[in-house]
Order: sequence, then structure tokens, then C-alpha cells
Amino acid sequence: MRRRERRPPVVVVFLAALAVAFFLLPLVGLLQRAPWSELIDDLTDPVVRDALRLSLVCSIAATALAFVLGLPLAWVLARTEFPGRHLVRALVLLPMVLPPVVGGVALLLAFGRRGLVGQYLDDWFGIRLPFTTWGAILAEAFVAMPFFVIVVEAGLRSLDRRYEEAAATLGARRFTTFRRVVLPLIAPSLVAGAALTWARALGEFGATILFAGNLQGETQTMPLAIFVELQTNLGGAIALSLVLLAVSIVVLVSLRDRWFPA
Amino acid sequence: MKRALVALAALAVLIATVQPASAQQKPSGELTVFAAASLTESFDAMAKQFQKKYPDVDVKFSYDASSNLATQINQGAPADVFASADVDNLQKTIDAGTVTPPPVAFAKNRLEIAVEKGNPKKIKSLADLKKSGLLVVLCADQVPCGKYAAESLAKAGVTVSPASKEENAKATLSKVSIGEADASIVYVTDVKAAKGATSGVKIPDKVNVIASYPIGVVKASQNATGAKAWVKFVRSKEGQAILRKFGFLPP
Repeated sequence: MRRRERRPPVVVVFLAALAVAFFLLPLVGLLQRAPWSELIDDLTDPVVRDALRLSLVCSIAATALAFVLGLPLAWVLARTEFPGRHLVRALVLLPMVLPPVVGGVALLLAFGRRGLVGQYLDDWFGIRLPFTTWGAILAEAFVAMPFFVIVVEAGLRSLDRRYEEAAATLGARRFTTFRRVVLPLIAPSLVAGAALTWARALGEFGATILFAGNLQGETQTMPLAIFVELQTNLGGAIALSLVLLAVSIVVLVSLRDRWFPA
Repeated sequence: MKRALVALAALAVLIATVQPASAQQKPSGELTVFAAASLTESFDAMAKQFQKKYPDVDVKFSYDASSNLATQINQGAPADVFASADVDNLQKTIDAGTVTPPPVAFAKNRLEIAVEKGNPKKIKSLADLKKSGLLVVLCADQVPCGKYAAESLAKAGVTVSPASKEENAKATLSKVSIGEADASIVYVTDVKAAKGATSGVKIPDKVNVIASYPIGVVKASQNATGAKAWVKFVRSKEGQAILRKFGFLPP
């Protein structure tokens, strides 16, 4: 047993309390101004309903995209050696530190109608991403996928390779081994990575409004609706914010065992 | 917590009492102007002239949709002056007691259709905006330019389905200048300020809307002298000449 620490220094406790207040006060501010009596009306408003539906669709689709593309990428990063691997890894991480607005501009210049790739998508296939729900999904995947890749890569790295070797000696093919042995073993990483990715995608604002625009039912996700509503309808904006706050709390609580071992 | 608040309040009082004494004669110090996005270029130019006249003043701007700025000011944003692209949003701050009445009109503006350089889609009127396959972006309904565009379209009896409703006039125009959208409805001054990045298609007077721009001093301003000087300058011959140069009409 460790001996009990001495009384912590007053200054440290004071600063820590200040930090807690800093996190707590914005929440209190939101809750105390919440139009509780009109909340139902606010939340059944068509703008809010559309934004909520669209946010769910886009964030889930972005997470699915992260799964489909991010899992192979995580595997390549964790299991293979190739020149420039560190560079690729840094590139994958970049959207995590890049301001989302910059991401939005970059996406526009790459996938926009006059963009690097976008002009061919438009000319050859008639595919247009800006101002479409697909654009919103792409913007969210761009900023959120790194979370999935990083978490899953770490999961793969910490895996004991002997399980796979055992499966291989028993005659399992590579894909069978991956599906029956590796995937179940890294399931916790997949879940945590997906949850983080989903939460980040749900909150995406900057890249979405720049790349996908802002249209009710098409590209106006919750954060965009909050931003626009705030200009004329503080109550509506607060109601929407409360929904996102509730979602965040649910994510946090459901993942608490992974992140906050008691 | 309480003691810290008291200390902060004391500090605020101290600053408030010290500053006016030195600022009494000549405007000086930092001046924060909240202005409609459509005023970006003209106010930037105006700040240069203003600072020539009052070298001790440091003018800073926050340009955005007037509706957004009004919300920010009503929530206590540290602005000194508020210049709105419509009467309603300035009135909103006056009603909330954050801006001192009366609002002072300083300019008028008109709408125009902004199209890609050279008008490749050959748009001639508001009615052309409902052509199928045409990507039209408008300002959001909550924003003055969106409200004006809706009025103008209603006058012309045209219903368009926009691809996006952008957060302010500049964002709306940029979607056209970057080539993502074929057309948008913004202010005449926005097209002019874009300096050839987009072309403008005139909207006839009969279906156009005149936007009236009022300005006011924020009640909680820490630099009331500077704020008043700015309002006076905007209304002066010099300030009006700059606004004219950027395509604004007299108030």
C-alpha cells in the first residue's frame, strides 16, 4: 500500500479547481439558458429534425468509410515496412492537427467542380461532391478518419503475433486468420476508434460548411444548423446544442470502461 | 471565485475611469468595428484614411453577417461600433440595450446577380436562375443578403432551389468566384469588390431591393471617443467618397 500523500499545495488545488470551473461553466451556461418549456417545440422544428437526421446519416456514413478505408490503412501501417512509411503516417495524422477550415478549402481545390480531381469526376462521371450529402460525408471522413486509423493501428501493434502464427501453422489462410483471429482480438480498438471517429464526424463544422455548403436536408448538419440558428434564434440554437451535448455524454459514458479504468 | 470577480470588476472600473481622461481630446487606442461582410473592402480602405487622420487609433474589424454580429454584440462581444447591412439587426441591438440609439444611416446598396467570369451560362435575369442544372447559391435566410434576395425573387415571381445557403455575402460570392456555383445573388458592391473574379448581371429596379446600412456606437464601448469619430468619419465627405468608390449609394 502506498502511503497517503501529504496535503496537496494550495496553489495547485486552486489552479486545478479553476480548470474544472473552466470546463464546467460553459455547460452551466448552456443549461441555465435552455428554453426547457419550448424544448419539444424547438426539437420538432423541421430545420432541427432535418439537421438531426442528416447529422446521423453523415456521421455514420463517414465512420463506415473510415472503417472500409481506415482498417486496411491501419494494417499496412502496423504490419508492413516500406520506405516513407513515417511520411504516410504523418500525412494520415495531419487532418487531426490541421484546422478544419483549411481542410475544407483543400477539399474544395481537390474535389470541387474546378478542382484537381473534381473536374474529371464531373466531366467523366458527372459526379459532383460540393453541395451534396456525399460532400458532407467526405468532409467529415477527412477530419475524423485519422482517429480510427491511429487507434486501430495501435491495437494491431499491441497484438501478440503468436496467435496469427498459430493459426497459420494450423493451415488457416491469411484472410481467414485476419477475420477469425485478428479482428476479434482488436475488437475493442475497432469500437473505440469508431466511437471517436463518429463523435468527431458528428461535430464537424469548418470543412463541411466550406466544402459541402449549407442547405437544409442536404448538407446542413447539426453544427451548421446551430451556427445559422444562433443568428436569429438563440433558443433553437441552444436546443440543438443540448442534443449534441447529450450525444457526447452518452458516447463518453458508454466508453468509460475503456478510457477511465476505475 | 467571488474575490477574483470583485478584483476583476475593480480592474474594469479602473480602466474605465482612466481611459476617457486621456481620450477626451483626440481619438486614440484600439477601436473594434463590427461590420457587415459586404463592407469589407470599403471599411478596410476607410481605416487607412482614418488612421492617417488619427494616427493614435488602431482600427480592428470583425466582418460577418450582420445577424451574426448582432447576436455577438447582444451577448457582450467587445465591439465599439456596429455597422449593419440592414435596419432590423441594428434595431435588435438597440432593443437589447447594447447599442446606443439612434441608428445613423450611412449607405445604401442594391442587389446583383453574380455569375462566373464572362457569364458562360448566359444568365440575363432572375428568371434564368431557375434553369435546371444551374447551381445557384444564396445567403442564408437569417442573413440580411439572404432576406433581401428572397424579397427580390418574390418581387420577380421566381422560385429557385439553391444548392446552398451560405453564412454571409462574401461566402456566397466566393462559391461563384471559385467556380463551384454558377450564380448567386449578392450586393452590387460585392461583385465590384471581387475585381473581375466574377461578372455581374444587373437586376432591374422594379424587382431589386434597396438595402439600407445603419451604424451605431456600442453602449459598453471602452473607446466611445474613437467610436464616435469613426461614425462621423463614415458620414463625412471623405468617408462617403470611399463608399461611392466601392459602389455604395448615398444613404
